[in-house]
Amino acid sequence: MIEIEHLTKRYGAVTAVSDLSLQIGSGQIYGFLGPNGAGKSTTMNIMTGCLSATQGHVRIGGYDIFEEPRQAKKLIGYLPEQPPLYLNESPLEYLRFVGQAKGLKGSELTGQIDAVMEQTGIQEMKNRRISALSKGYRQRVGIAQALLGDPQVVILDEPTVGLDPLQIIEIRDLIRELGRSRTVIFSSHILSEVQTVCDQIIMIAHGHLVAFDTPDNLEQKLLAPSEIALTAQADPARVEALLAGVPGVAVAEIRQEEQGRTAARVLTGGRDIFQASRDIFLAFAAEQTVLLELTPKRASLEDVFLELTESDAPDQPQREEEAV
Amino acid sequence: MTAIFRHELRTDFHTLTTYLFGACLLAFIGIWAMMYNIQASVSNFEYVLGDSCLAFVVIVPILTMRTLAEERRQKTDQLLYSLPITSFQVVLGKYLALLTVYAVPLCLIAVYPLIFAQYGEVYLPTSYGSLFAFFLLGAALLAVGMFLSSLTENQGFAAGIGIAVILLNYYSVSLSEYVSSTAFGSAAALYVLILLLGLLIKYVTRNEKLAWGVGLVLLALTVAAYFVDPGAFEGLLPRIMTQLSLFERFYVFVNGVFDWTAVVYYVTVIVFFLFLSVQSLEKRRYN
Repeated sequence: MIEIEHLTKRYGAVTAVSDLSLQIGSGQIYGFLGPNGAGKSTTMNIMTGCLSATQGHVRIGGYDIFEEPRQAKKLIGYLPEQPPLYLNESPLEYLRFVGQAKGLKGSELTGQIDAVMEQTGIQEMKNRRISALSKGYRQRVGIAQALLGDPQVVILDEPTVGLDPLQIIEIRDLIRELGRSRTVIFSSHILSEVQTVCDQIIMIAHGHLVAFDTPDNLEQKLLAPSEIALTAQADPARVEALLAGVPGVAVAEIRQEEQGRTAARVLTGGRDIFQASRDIFLAFAAEQTVLLELTPKRASLEDVFLELTESDAPDQPQREEEAV
Repeated sequence: MTAIFRHELRTDFHTLTTYLFGACLLAFIGIWAMMYNIQASVSNFEYVLGDSCLAFVVIVPILTMRTLAEERRQKTDQLLYSLPITSFQVVLGKYLALLTVYAVPLCLIAVYPLIFAQYGEVYLPTSYGSLFAFFLLGAALLAVGMFLSSLTENQGFAAGIGIAVILLNYYSVSLSEYVSSTAFGSAAALYVLILLLGLLIKYVTRNEKLAWGVGLVLLALTVAAYFVDPGAFEGLLPRIMTQLSLFERFYVFVNGVFDWTAVVYYVTVIVFFLFLSVQSLEKRRYN
């Protein structure tokens, strides 16, 4: 559906997006994740034709956004970071304008306006002035605007920022619903949100693509060099001796706890974490030592995020010097 | 484009400044018409227009300041960029809406000569020829104001610069007459103007090389022309200003001449500033 090839965007000496290549399929929800200033908004602005690229191509459904903007833009609905609303109009007037600008007419226009207002739940507010609406409703009007013209791709830039928890849940539900019939790309820097809503995660940092996978696969990837936490009913020396008999694991930390219990953290190195857990269990069972806890610690998406985005950081100070 | 036009027109008619524009225009022309045509019993309606055009200095920037600057301030320009319409359509739609707003009070004014004709001899061709030129003059100034509005996100700034630019244009001929009319004086004044043009290019395009390039080429041409034929520089500045001034061209119509070159000039100015507005919108896409 969307092809991004070697996309680069420079603002003077600062490189916001650097050689980004992506293939985005249809009918899924894509989460666009990255720390602030990673180039999320810049990439989205380029994808929607709001910004030019220094280098590279973006094709939407086969149409180049720079060369055939008209056809390409018809396939996209875009909600920028700050909803582009005319505050002294009502949602109905606003949507009518956007619909007309997208080439809708007559009964098709009124039909679609009704449909998107229904979908985003702004029917009751349709005749109020947008300036009188709450942030949550404004966001919905912004999303409604993006849905007009029935685009195949909906791009939402941080749609949940600044909303209260209830509104966040409502917007997420809306995104899920949209994802059933179209491609949805939305950016966020909240991991849990992306994890719960998305089928695929695109992670970028400092303008580079650092990961593009399903949430589960991303976690799996970082599972390998993980650790196991265990607590046993034995003194530290005994626990250490038992662990020494298990191949491929190394004790990272061991400490005595009250009532004769010992807690330990074990690194599994390159071994499969569940295989190592099994070996530890059997070693303790063979010696009739009671294991009270045995937890293979899975890397959370947060760890993945931190690791992937920070591993890329070294060239950052240099860039800041250039900018100065 | 029709979507932009209709939307802009609706917004205009919901804004106080639009009514202020219409009211000021009607008031100015009304007062002059009362003084000339009614009190002094002069039958030339074109004199009224000739004196009222000073009102443009204030009312045109008031009308145009919002058009593009406000889009930028409330970030709705992002919406316009992402819609399947071109910047040209945006600019043209907005400009046509401005013209419509401007044409409404003019339609009322167009009745005045007919009313006066009931009570005396009014030479209608000159009256309506001048009214037509008055419309073109306003239309050209609106294009200039719209371009200035595209440069900033601050409406007040757009209006301020607009007033300054139109005022300068209004007084350019009389001001240029203060400059020494010797060849050297004209050349020196041109030199200053070229420097100002260079600064303007530098500010608008943020491209220093381009500003220096244009400035130096123009300077070189001026110096070369000065050495080839110094005589041509005598009294050159007022002549150039008369050619460039939008208002001077209008006075030709007031004096009873329907000047086609002026019509062409106005249309050229309109096209040029609409083109610049489009470029200014496009430039932000490339910031």
